[in-house]
Amino acid sequence: MSERLIQVLTGSPDDGAAWADLARAAARISPDALRDDDLQLSLFLLYGLHYGPAEWVRGEWEWHPELLSGRAALEERFEGDLRAQVPVPDEQQGAAGIPDLLFRMTGVQSGPSLSRHLAKKATREQAVESLIQRSIYTLKEADPHSWAIPRLSGRAKVALVEIQSDEYGAGRPARMHQSIFARAMDAAGLDSRYGAYVDVVPALTLASLNLMSLLGLHRRLRGAIVGHLAAYEMTSSIPCRKYADGFRRLGFAEEVVDYFEEHVEADAVHEQIAGRDLAGGLAEDDPETIPDIVFGAAACLHVDGLVGEHMLAAWERGESSLRTPA
Amino acid sequence: MTGAASGVPVTITPCPNGPLLVRGDFRLDDGSEPHRRTVALCRCGVSTIKPYCDGTHKLVGFRTEDEG
Repeated sequence: MSERLIQVLTGSPDDGAAWADLARAAARISPDALRDDDLQLSLFLLYGLHYGPAEWVRGEWEWHPELLSGRAALEERFEGDLRAQVPVPDEQQGAAGIPDLLFRMTGVQSGPSLSRHLAKKATREQAVESLIQRSIYTLKEADPHSWAIPRLSGRAKVALVEIQSDEYGAGRPARMHQSIFARAMDAAGLDSRYGAYVDVVPALTLASLNLMSLLGLHRRLRGAIVGHLAAYEMTSSIPCRKYADGFRRLGFAEEVVDYFEEHVEADAVHEQIAGRDLAGGLAEDDPETIPDIVFGAAACLHVDGLVGEHMLAAWERGESSLRTPA
Repeated sequence: MTGAASGVPVTITPCPNGPLLVRGDFRLDDGSEPHRRTVALCRCGVSTIKPYCDGTHKLVGFRTEDEG
């Protein structure tokens, strides 16, 4: 399906209908959408049409009805599998309890820790792999959550814009987190063009970004993208301190260490704004979003947890965490 | 820390069990430039990047019970 999609995207818009049939069939037969390379690569390419630039991104495809129809089938399957698999806390929460619930959910450390491994034990090769895995999202850092800005109002909107402004460098292009990460990749000898490593990362890594695009691009899921951001920010500062230690230990360039150190300080600010003003504010203004705020946070923890487990398990076996070593 | 002569008034927001968020035209008296418009100042005492917060308060069970 993904190969056929690439042919469609590089061919003529008339080919969309046959691909949509293929996508509907693929969505039906997939054993597990989160681990389905074909399904996740297809979603990545389709969502990429809304971001760009990339070699497969051409304007006429973005709102093409057949591609959107096929994408909807893939999304329905992806969301369905997420709703079935993601463990969500069963406590009922009113709006006032949301910030505390999010801090409690993200305070639980389950299983082995990728950042601890990076800090103390990882080899240089493993550290490079972790940059490649991270690049799938981080070269677009903050963008999927920005889709939510016009869908919010009042205190939650102000909070999201305050966080995103900092993510985008607050008026200083060189301090845009996407740009800091691109410099880190360049300094580590990696290719910082968007999508350069899409063929070597596993489905779960693509699923991590596709989750954000799914939640960000649907107004219906505005609570979930807010919960996702809150959980992401709340699980960033302390691990980024460990990543910075690890990359320094391994002798990586200052540009790489700088990326992680920036996030130690930035995300300690963002987590407070995201938990209290963004998620807490949305929960108060729009209480029907509360279950999805919790779901989005839980989905972030679940999917990113699976990515971390996959990487650690591969390294434990003495293998690469990539589909094919870069 | 003092407010600048012009611009946005300084506000300080205490986060329950967490840092102080500082916004507005503030400066640090140690002569350093703040890295961002909104900063979080450590008040648990264990941050490794003082005066800024690095989230470590969550690991040491820092509480500000009086603020609820």
